[in-house]
Amino acid sequence: MHLVHTSPEADVAIIGAGVVGCAMARRFALEGATVVVLEAATDILSGASKANSAILHTGFDAPTGSLELACMQAAYAEYMDIRAAMNLPVLETGAMVAAWSDEEEARLPTLLAQAQENGVTDTRLLSRAEVLAREPALAGHVRGALLVPREHVIDPWSAPLAYATQAQMLGARFLFNAALRGARRDGATWVLDTAAGEVRATTVVNCAGLYGDHVETMFTGKPSFEIRPRKGQFVVYDKAASEHLRTILLPVPNDRTKGVVLTRTIFGNLLVGPTAEEQEARDRPDVTRPELDMLMDKAVELVPALRDMPVTAVYAGLRPATERKEYRVHADADLGYYCAGGIRSTGLTAALGIASHVFALWSGAHQAVRGAVNDPPQPVMPNLAEHLPRDYQIPGHDGIVCHCEMVTAREIRAALEGPLPPGDFGGLRRRTRCAMGRCQGFNCLARVATLSEGKLRADILPEGDA
Amino acid sequence: MSDTCDVAIVGGGPAGLSAAVELRRQGVARVVVLERFGRAGGIPRHCGHPPFGMREFRRVLSGPAYARRLVATAEDAGVEIRTDHTVTAVRPGGVLELATTQGAMTLTARRVLIATGNRERTRAQRLAPGLRPVGVMNTAALQAFVYEERRKPFSRPVIVGSEMVALSALLTCVRHGMRPAALVETRERVQTRRLFMALAALLRVPVLTGAELLSIEGRTRVEGLRLRRNDGTEVTLACDGIVFSGRFTPEATVARASGLALDAGSLGPEIDAEGRSSDPHVFVAGNVLHPVETAGVCWAEGRRVACVIARELAAETAAPASRAGAAVRPGEGLRYVVPQRISGATELNIRAEGAARGRLVLRDATGRELVVKTLHAYPEQPIRLRVPALDAAALSGDLHLGLERDD
Repeated sequence: MHLVHTSPEADVAIIGAGVVGCAMARRFALEGATVVVLEAATDILSGASKANSAILHTGFDAPTGSLELACMQAAYAEYMDIRAAMNLPVLETGAMVAAWSDEEEARLPTLLAQAQENGVTDTRLLSRAEVLAREPALAGHVRGALLVPREHVIDPWSAPLAYATQAQMLGARFLFNAALRGARRDGATWVLDTAAGEVRATTVVNCAGLYGDHVETMFTGKPSFEIRPRKGQFVVYDKAASEHLRTILLPVPNDRTKGVVLTRTIFGNLLVGPTAEEQEARDRPDVTRPELDMLMDKAVELVPALRDMPVTAVYAGLRPATERKEYRVHADADLGYYCAGGIRSTGLTAALGIASHVFALWSGAHQAVRGAVNDPPQPVMPNLAEHLPRDYQIPGHDGIVCHCEMVTAREIRAALEGPLPPGDFGGLRRRTRCAMGRCQGFNCLARVATLSEGKLRADILPEGDA
Repeated sequence: MSDTCDVAIVGGGPAGLSAAVELRRQGVARVVVLERFGRAGGIPRHCGHPPFGMREFRRVLSGPAYARRLVATAEDAGVEIRTDHTVTAVRPGGVLELATTQGAMTLTARRVLIATGNRERTRAQRLAPGLRPVGVMNTAALQAFVYEERRKPFSRPVIVGSEMVALSALLTCVRHGMRPAALVETRERVQTRRLFMALAALLRVPVLTGAELLSIEGRTRVEGLRLRRNDGTEVTLACDGIVFSGRFTPEATVARASGLALDAGSLGPEIDAEGRSSDPHVFVAGNVLHPVETAGVCWAEGRRVACVIARELAAETAAPASRAGAAVRPGEGLRYVVPQRISGATELNIRAEGAARGRLVLRDATGRELVVKTLHAYPEQPIRLRVPALDAAALSGDLHLGLERDD
């Protein structure tokens, strides 16, 4: 392996290129810091960030006064602010916390009060008739709901890719296959031993998600938190299902989890999930039959028209929960160590806010080599949202490769030749939607493998194939 | 951009192309086949093995040669084949919405034939448990790798399923230097004639029936398939790929998007005995109706429906007829019956759930036996039932097709 001994010392090394790491890289780069991002896998978003429910949250039900709430709300505003320039989609669905029993109905006023206290002042209660008028396909035993008008659906992958791309345009370096093996101090510098060689940085930001506690141990000798992976499984229904529900359907939360959500995706499908399953393994997001069946039973219970609806995909992700509910964000300025850990479920929404918060902590003790960047370059992301014009609708493309998701050859080439190209098949799927649809590559997998051959860090075809 | 034609055919596989040729033979002027891929021919394009073409061309051809011949025959007959044309929906009145390399277009046809075929159920649709590594695919993807892209996607796969298509996957592997580790069937017996499985034995590929899939293993690429054998023991088959074969499901996306009535059993569009869907402008033929039949059966079906369309267009009024006949309801143990409505003499295409031994009985609404057939079918066997012309009393209510099992 080629070693990067001669690389200049960075102001900040960010460990992990999940959504938090990508947002962190962007924020520090925007503020003029020199940034290097170390990612153990072959692409960004390879851990907890690749599997979530893709909702932009208002924070209406977050603990009042919490860092989590502050980060979510700051991030919500920033996302809305930057999304036009970066072409990041929002499907304006709103959400309903629906009550299905006396007990749940009795809790709605408390939820409303909390939402109001959290500054989400446009929330209001809906009667059963109002709920059914808004969502006629819901099962008749719904009792009422709390309406949260500004909870929306976003693209869970184009947003972090945009953050990472902008960071890279500003000079941030992304190293892949660069798992951290150890770290030592050399005067005021961290010397990081990675699988891709040695990296030097003045400070580090731990955005290592499911490995956050392990990474912390390398810098402090003793972790201040413990990652307890929580698995979430999801079922994605055929696009035909999305006509049965417009509003995000949230359950009345209980103590342990936000519960099972039913929502449209930005890609035109309908999603049900997640489960919340505690487990030891940090690298086993298995899908399992009883839990998938449970999710589908739940979906049919809430929206009966989903019975016999074809399934397009199933997936599972691991959330980096810890022994406590709150984010584990802390800093040791003398040591040059910063940590954004335990971002267990609201990370997609909150990442921009977490990044700004950590940067504020950092800038109290450190100085970027340059000042903040004026008029930074803006990456423009290709649109994959179903409700907005797609590439295949624009004349002059050279044919559709994936017909389920209507992905053109032109889009696939653009992704492969982009500024931060995919490192593996999953990354290509997330950037283009190819093979993500109802046939799951029955028709296009071989073609996609050929188109991407030699262009990924991990090819679809096995090594040594003739 | 907008355009018109006499008949627009959605899908350029065996059913669509044979219908197109027949329509031209019967004097229909403008027949347009809309094919979403870069080449027409359908699934046989990447089935690199015989036998194809016995019924159609009276000779044994490989899939790709057969596909080329279908296309050439259609072109010779004056059919206009438009490749890279994706139909997204058919609106009432025969208006097709198209996605093309030139952007969105519409095409208005006097009649439409949907012949979009079918596909194998994916790993996701089967809710197969485990991790999600690279190297899990259907037979069609394997064959596209081998016959279209000239690549090997793995060297030692496990093939899941035991329908005829599993043998096709097996042969594709063996002929191209891939060595299947096993053929795994989750049901208790193989899903085709037991005799065919002698082929697996001959190739020294173990066949494991009654196996429960426990997990797909491998963090980036497939490394194994963990399963529970029918004797209760657990085993992990080392492999670098998994082929989920068979369990076909209609490619009914266009039919669904067009609002056509779908059958809960076949999952394809409902038709009457002439191939007419719930939209009087729209006919349906081929494997989108009844997964899965041979290319030859689909070809014959396309031709049959083409005759109906040609007759209707030649009639003075040329107004589309509505779906006709009495509904046929399949009973317990029968997955589907196609067509879903009958009027005159016809042949029903039936699939049972699993192997079936007993009496197949068609009754009218009063319970009167109309047709009886003794049945001894292996799982996934295409079952046919000839129905003679029925009297008006029989057709006055719903018909019931029952399976009276011997066992």
